[in-house]
Amino acid sequence: MNIDNIKKEFPIFDNKVQNNDLVYLDSANSSQKPQKVINRIYDFYTKEFSNVGRSVHYLAVAATNFYENTRTSVQKYINAEFADEIVFTKGATEAINLVANTFGQKFLKEGDEVLLTELEHHSNYVPWHFLRKAKNIKINFAEINDEGQITIESIEKKITKKTKIIALTHLSNVTGEILPIKEIISLAHSKGIPVLIDGCQGAPHLKLDMQDIDCDFYAISCHKMYGPTGLGVLYAKRKWLEELPPYQGGGGMINEVNKEGITYGELPNKYEAGTMATAQVIAFNESIKFMEKIGIKNIEKHENEIIKYGEEILRKNNSVKLIGNPKNRGGVLSFNIDGIHPHDIATVLDEDGVAIRAGHHCCQILHKKLNLTASARASVGIYNTKEDFDKLNESINKCKKVFDI
Amino acid sequence: MNLKELYQEIILDHGKNPRNLRKSENFNKDAKGHNPLCGDNVHIFLKLDENKKIEDISFEGSGCAISMASASIMTELLSGKNENQTKEIVSDFLEMIKKKDILESKNLNENEKTKLMCLSGVKKYPMRVKCATLAWHTLTSAVNNDQVDLNVEKL
Repeated sequence: MNIDNIKKEFPIFDNKVQNNDLVYLDSANSSQKPQKVINRIYDFYTKEFSNVGRSVHYLAVAATNFYENTRTSVQKYINAEFADEIVFTKGATEAINLVANTFGQKFLKEGDEVLLTELEHHSNYVPWHFLRKAKNIKINFAEINDEGQITIESIEKKITKKTKIIALTHLSNVTGEILPIKEIISLAHSKGIPVLIDGCQGAPHLKLDMQDIDCDFYAISCHKMYGPTGLGVLYAKRKWLEELPPYQGGGGMINEVNKEGITYGELPNKYEAGTMATAQVIAFNESIKFMEKIGIKNIEKHENEIIKYGEEILRKNNSVKLIGNPKNRGGVLSFNIDGIHPHDIATVLDEDGVAIRAGHHCCQILHKKLNLTASARASVGIYNTKEDFDKLNESINKCKKVFDI
Repeated sequence: MNLKELYQEIILDHGKNPRNLRKSENFNKDAKGHNPLCGDNVHIFLKLDENKKIEDISFEGSGCAISMASASIMTELLSGKNENQTKEIVSDFLEMIKKKDILESKNLNENEKTKLMCLSGVKKYPMRVKCATLAWHTLTSAVNNDQVDLNVEKL
């Protein structure tokens, strides 16, 4: 695979950022966009725009087809059994809120328990917290071990007879750990507990096969998959989407409306109220095509090489302390430097065009557990190279000089 | 943009060895502040005498070099000032850090102004201005007895 050719598909790298070549190591936050994705949005608005699923005129029919084509592409990409198991949302956050809200309404009552892990992003905790207040349920957290890992055992330990759903990340956005979700799902199912996977970090980097891992729900963030912002995907087994109540009410999600009552639409319309992020959905098809063309196996292989190289380099740098020691690492490396606050690291690195994230990465539970207020994080996408980590390391050394470490 | 403008010696020094990083004994006013975006937090303690003069000022907390240095320098400059002087210095500093080129306060001498101006490089880093102002907003909240955990993002 020729990385130069792939990088050329991303116009962001054509321009200097503050007079520097951009070293973009913030893809866990959001990925850059290929020209084809950008063009698709432009073309749709310029030549093909219409609302979908409503009118019968030519443009409306064409737009509806484009929109539904993306649904089929996503279905195939993640190997879901049916296209109507794919629901578009405004983001992975909304996807998780949708499940927490509707599952909570229908199945949770006082004293029931939801099991999360200490690795969860706030978007896979706060929606469940709402239920803690509304339904008086309890939230348990599977604990990380000394290496920062979540193991099958740590999950098993926290499952009780009252556990009604387990929600956990596929790939930690802080430690980079890839969780053994297939085993966890199989364990949960053996006890009759459904599982939601927060796939924000998993989907851009790992091969997805919904029928193989057999999860009940899988949340995807499209802007982390070389796609547009404002768009997410909820995969849910058909039986759940049929059984759960609708999430938001509005146009497009109804079957028949009377003064006395309302019946709801078929799947997946039941969950797509109002005018959706049409251009984003249509453009997201180009992101899927882009990833399919490279091949997810090649993406995984390339990113593994890069992140292993990055890990080696940073481990050799005495002052750098990596956070967590995952058994299987995805494209994320979080670290601290004794004596330099992560925000100061990020500001100094930025001066060299090296873009990283500093903060708690929306994971305060994990940072508190590790006695940290913040950390610095480098994360990769398909366009990153080993040289990017060389530049990161150089910049870290410069930072150490500035702070006299 | 020059990093040295942002991370001047005095900032690195105060960031690494913050002055008055402790809890005042017998403090009679205090306030907490935090920045939810980055997790920086500060707790300011004031001991005012009967004339509302600052007899002792100290802070606890954690954060980046800018926020720690800013809190440290603030405690040095405000020690011994009365309530009105304090308010005037705080508002002068906040205006300087956002837009003004100079400090105009009548309650700071030239040396004190020079020291405070070391933080002026932050202006060019909009994402970092809140690091520099966290302690100052929190101090105002302590003086005013606001009794809230100040969220600097909401200002």
